[in-house]
Amino acid sequence: MLTGVVVMFVFAVFAMPPLYRLACDVLGIGPQQYSAYEEAAAPVDESRTVKVQFMATNQANMPWIFEPAQFEVVVHPGERSEVAYYAKNTTAVDMVAQAVPSVVPINAVDYLHKIECFCFEQQPLAAGEEVDMKLVFFVDPELPESIGTITLSYSVFDITSRVSSSFGTSLNSDSGIETASN
Amino acid sequence: MAHGPAKGITRWLFTTNHKDIGTLYLWFSFAMFILGGFFAMVIRAELFEPGMQLIRPEFFNQMTTMHGLVMVFGAIMPSFVGLANWMIPMMIGAPDMALPRMNNLSFWILPPAFLMLASTLFMEGGAPNFGWTFYAPLSTTYAPDSVNFFIFAIHIMGASSIMGSINIVATVLNMRAPGMTMMKMPLFVWTWLITAFLLIAVMPVLAGAVTMMLMDINFGTAFFDAAGGGDPVLFQHVFWFFGHPEVYIIILPAFGVISEIIPTFSRKPLFGYASMVYATSAIAFLSFIVWAHHMFLVGMPVSGELYFMYATMLIAVPTGVKVFNWVSTMFRGSISYETPMLFAIAFIILFTLGGFTGLMLAIAPSDIQYHDTYFVVAHFHYVMVAGAVFSMSAAVYYWLPKWSGRMYSEAMGKLHFWITFIGFNITFFPQHFLGLAGMPRRYADYALQFADWNMVSSIGAFIYGASQILFLYNVVATIVAGKKVSEPKTWEGANGLEWTLPTPPPYHTFTTPPDLHGTHDHQLTDDQLEDHPGGATH
Repeated sequence: MLTGVVVMFVFAVFAMPPLYRLACDVLGIGPQQYSAYEEAAAPVDESRTVKVQFMATNQANMPWIFEPAQFEVVVHPGERSEVAYYAKNTTAVDMVAQAVPSVVPINAVDYLHKIECFCFEQQPLAAGEEVDMKLVFFVDPELPESIGTITLSYSVFDITSRVSSSFGTSLNSDSGIETASN
Repeated sequence: MAHGPAKGITRWLFTTNHKDIGTLYLWFSFAMFILGGFFAMVIRAELFEPGMQLIRPEFFNQMTTMHGLVMVFGAIMPSFVGLANWMIPMMIGAPDMALPRMNNLSFWILPPAFLMLASTLFMEGGAPNFGWTFYAPLSTTYAPDSVNFFIFAIHIMGASSIMGSINIVATVLNMRAPGMTMMKMPLFVWTWLITAFLLIAVMPVLAGAVTMMLMDINFGTAFFDAAGGGDPVLFQHVFWFFGHPEVYIIILPAFGVISEIIPTFSRKPLFGYASMVYATSAIAFLSFIVWAHHMFLVGMPVSGELYFMYATMLIAVPTGVKVFNWVSTMFRGSISYETPMLFAIAFIILFTLGGFTGLMLAIAPSDIQYHDTYFVVAHFHYVMVAGAVFSMSAAVYYWLPKWSGRMYSEAMGKLHFWITFIGFNITFFPQHFLGLAGMPRRYADYALQFADWNMVSSIGAFIYGASQILFLYNVVATIVAGKKVSEPKTWEGANGLEWTLPTPPPYHTFTTPPDLHGTHDHQLTDDQLEDHPGGATH
């Protein structure tokens, strides 16, 4: 019975995470907004425009400056658009950050495809360093007619201690919890 | 030959006797009730007036958290387990529980667990301060160091509940007297059987939630941390998947007690026995599929909110069946109003009121207004205090004469009842108004417009609190100096195998099971009574 318990724990800790990731990939389930969009580009729909607005929030007293370079853009569905977020580490220590996206209205989340996003990686910044971070996206032409404005919001977290600790896991690391982009 | 109990402290440390263990659970839970009640008095004293007069907000948060934890896990749950231990074997004609030594372990791990939890008040950083529902990340990233002891205490208490439940299931399924089919069992036994299954199903989920917390706090995982790819809402789902069945775990044994007491003092059999069993089972099943009605404000899609709203409203149906059956039992009965009956009738009225506010909370769009306000606090105190605690008080007055062989003072019992009833309602009825007016819960201080009802509520709380000291006095005075009674049937209208036993019952009862074949319900015929005077060995 003890062997059974040992086998069970070994399976749960080492076999299940990759199996889980595989199942999510194969079945196409799991939040798509955290991973890069890898399908073919869609034809541009010139007949309608969608307003995409950008927000930034510092979570848990994160001291960086973190803000979108533009408040909003107006795009055609299918049209690829590149925007930027500005971040500056205003402290005297080197830090690592993680940005986590969120989309409103909730029905739009499956239709906002990110091709490149700074949120897919951890963002290290040395003390005082600043950076313009790129975001490339397009809106799926299948977006319901009723949605005219999409708001994309990023929350930035300080993951310096999570990254440096030996037990720590982080978004997009090999052993961590995660996204289909791995 | 049977011998009496051992002498001295080792009797209590090593007992495997269901009556002793029941007594231990009951006294432990009463002590926890007083402790949790003391925390409530601190809360209401601070909320007596706006502004901070007595304690700092940080300590207030520890008081609200500890009040909830101690009352739910230390007072109400162990009290009904104690009742189960005392009554189930006697009610089914069994000599003891199925697993008497595990029974002892189930009890004895509780005092150390709660001693540890209470000791966190004296630790650096203070006691848990994140509410009894301990949502992450307040309970992970922002928790005081004592959170690890809190997690340990929850694990221990969960293990105790699981072991106790296994014991109850094994006992009820295997050790009923010959002729006592399932549909002849007393309702109290039925409700505890169903509750035991609920406990076995959901306590491991709580253990999982609390272990994930432990991992997040100490081992760098990110179950509930968005920065690492986790989700705080996951905590809420896991917690409430446990938490909703938990509240039915609290109330179902209370329903069972009421189903024993109302028929006795109405001198009429319980109306609709089978429908009571089915209704209890329906409530238990439904309790698993409604958890997110505690989460209507997390940002769930409308379809999810609608489903949980409808499912939650559905639970009102079997609950209503039970309430109507109790009232139908009383209808055209020959009713007398001894103290247990007063508590039972008050239960029916006040629990139903709590059920109505629960129905209001189930309406998702309305809950946007009510969520996390004093309206919720009022609701759950009506169902848990006027529900479960009144039921336990009724049970104590009802069975204490049988347990101790002494009768309580009816005048003192009634006095306790009326002060409790009046104090309870003065405390909690105005909290509905406070919630509807917008006062949030778990607030150490409040806006001035809430001052008047807060003062009224606090006065009620002091009255209610004082009355529980009277309760303690009543119980002790009865045991120590109450009028001795020795008839098996303390109450004229009582039915059930426990009322065929001597008063007080011998240390070992039903060592030979009674044969109930051919009897009606759970009554022995007169001949059988002659052959089995109390079931003691002879």
